Amino acid sequence: MKKSIVMVLILVSSLVALVGCGDPQQLKEDKKLYVYNWGDYIGEDIITDFEKKYGAEVVYDQYATNEDMYVKIKQGGTKYDIAIPSEYMIEKMIKEDMLEPIDLARISNFGKINDRFKNLASDPGNKYSVPYMWGTMGIVYNSSMIDGEIDSWAALWDEKYAKQILMIDSQRESLAVALKKSGYSMNSIDPAEVEAAKQALLEQKPLVLAYVGDNYKDMMIGGEAAMAVAWSGDAVFMSEENEDLIYVVPEEGSNVWFDSMIIPKGARNVELAHQFIDFMTRPDIGQRNVEYIGYSTPNTETLALLDPETSGDPAAYPSDEVLAKCEVFVDPGPAIELYNRVWTEVKSAK
Amino acid sequence: MLRRFSAAPYMLWTILFILVPVFMVLFYSLFSPVPAGYALDLDGYHKFVDPLYLEVLWRSIVIAFKSTLLCLLVGYPLALILSRITPRFQKILVMLIILPMWMNFLLRTYAWIPILGRNGLINTLLGSFGVAPLNLLFNENAVLLGMVYNFLPFMVLPIYTVLMKIDRQLIEAAEDLGADRLVVFRRIILPLSIPGLISGVMMVFMPAVSTFVISDLLGGAQITLIGNLIKDQFQTVYDWNFGSAISMILMVIILLSMSILNRYDKRERGVSMW
Repeated sequence: MKKSIVMVLILVSSLVALVGCGDPQQLKEDKKLYVYNWGDYIGEDIITDFEKKYGAEVVYDQYATNEDMYVKIKQGGTKYDIAIPSEYMIEKMIKEDMLEPIDLARISNFGKINDRFKNLASDPGNKYSVPYMWGTMGIVYNSSMIDGEIDSWAALWDEKYAKQILMIDSQRESLAVALKKSGYSMNSIDPAEVEAAKQALLEQKPLVLAYVGDNYKDMMIGGEAAMAVAWSGDAVFMSEENEDLIYVVPEEGSNVWFDSMIIPKGARNVELAHQFIDFMTRPDIGQRNVEYIGYSTPNTETLALLDPETSGDPAAYPSDEVLAKCEVFVDPGPAIELYNRVWTEVKSAK
Repeated sequence: MLRRFSAAPYMLWTILFILVPVFMVLFYSLFSPVPAGYALDLDGYHKFVDPLYLEVLWRSIVIAFKSTLLCLLVGYPLALILSRITPRFQKILVMLIILPMWMNFLLRTYAWIPILGRNGLINTLLGSFGVAPLNLLFNENAVLLGMVYNFLPFMVLPIYTVLMKIDRQLIEAAEDLGADRLVVFRRIILPLSIPGLISGVMMVFMPAVSTFVISDLLGGAQITLIGNLIKDQFQTVYDWNFGSAISMILMVIILLSMSILNRYDKRERGVSMW
């Protein structure tokens, strides 16, 4: 009988240990910042510097697509203070009342951001978001494995390069490519046009080597594939590692995107989150960030700090003529069901 | 009294981490959120009855079956050899089989990418003999290889344990009565090792039929298995109703196949894993 009492005590005390977290823990929580960012999307040591400056501790998680991020925050139970989605996802999150307003008065560096990147249609007046990086989507190809030059999405359907083509394992991007290739807007939610895009993707599937996430960079650098759908900043990084790699925005036009920092509703540390946003928009931090990840900065002072070779790189800072052909993603609204269905079908097909 | 109390933590664990989640999956497969709470929704099950998804299910079962068979073909002889050698070598060999499991499962699987890649280890080696690069990665065989590589210990260890427990005297008696080695194997060793074999088959088949990591990494997300379908519903598509329905269907299939195996096991031995 005595033993069983001991057992109960052990059980109860272990439960208390599991559930309870005393005051010291609570104090520590005040200085903890939960950051949710894309994979490979921040410069080295920047987080450490932030931690040192503000005496904070950053808990850093990564995601591979906007949709992954959305699902995780939407389902609740997370405590992220910062996330960095693209504009169409921010638009969706604002609509669904998922974002905490940002007090721009506390973002001292906000004025340094080029006006062009403020006031986007997805968040007029920047009530909820502060620009982080921008870029385009295109094709990166290995010139030593390809005859001539690539200038069209149709290259991704070229049988000559069967099993040497990499696609992104993300429904929005893959559908966008197929829609553009079929001559439609990448924001099309017209069932017939989306169906045509699905057919194109099914037709392309036997030619595709793999649908990949962030590891496409390693694969392209290592010459594992001849071409891949790529984001501009990744392309800048890749061509630094392998000179044969060339980035092009196809002539049919492509996607131009803007990733911004947001504070999800339910964030515990809104104050520290503001400090983080301000820190990330500091010109010198931006410079280190851009030099490491290769994406394009919306910050005019950061741009001025970059060496001319970087700021003059057409892959990262394309001409207005190229940009004029690019579309910004729009939240598909309820048509997301259609997108989901099509993408599941494409992925499930043999 | 004591027994009841000492079982309590395990009961609590089972309820909290096994029963509750299973009922949650069941719930989500039958109901979906509406503004006023939850409403009955059998769409998930309806949706699944579509040639497209049935084919995914069939593909997963076939590939899991193949990998189980391969594990058995490789694993049984290995377990047999293991049970026959001197204890010193036994220790070393068992260690070698378990050793890779000390490493993270993802890393182990990831490591095959640079081995099988176009400019990978094997192709570089073949290239030095003038062989053109082969497409070894991102196909069904690569997925199969990944499964056999990862799950083989689950086949070898239960069979080996059972083989070790076989009474040597039974074998000696059979030999005294004139049975040759083949007969000894067929009439003594094989029947007595069936329980281990069945545990091995279950322990390989279950993870193989539901994996999504191996098909994502080594199949290049091209070979969609039922596990990938479920993962996509939860992670990218946000259709919990459909994802839960597929999970339930998969669970029923696994339960059915296990009960069939179990019945066979009981007929043979009267003792079972359950």
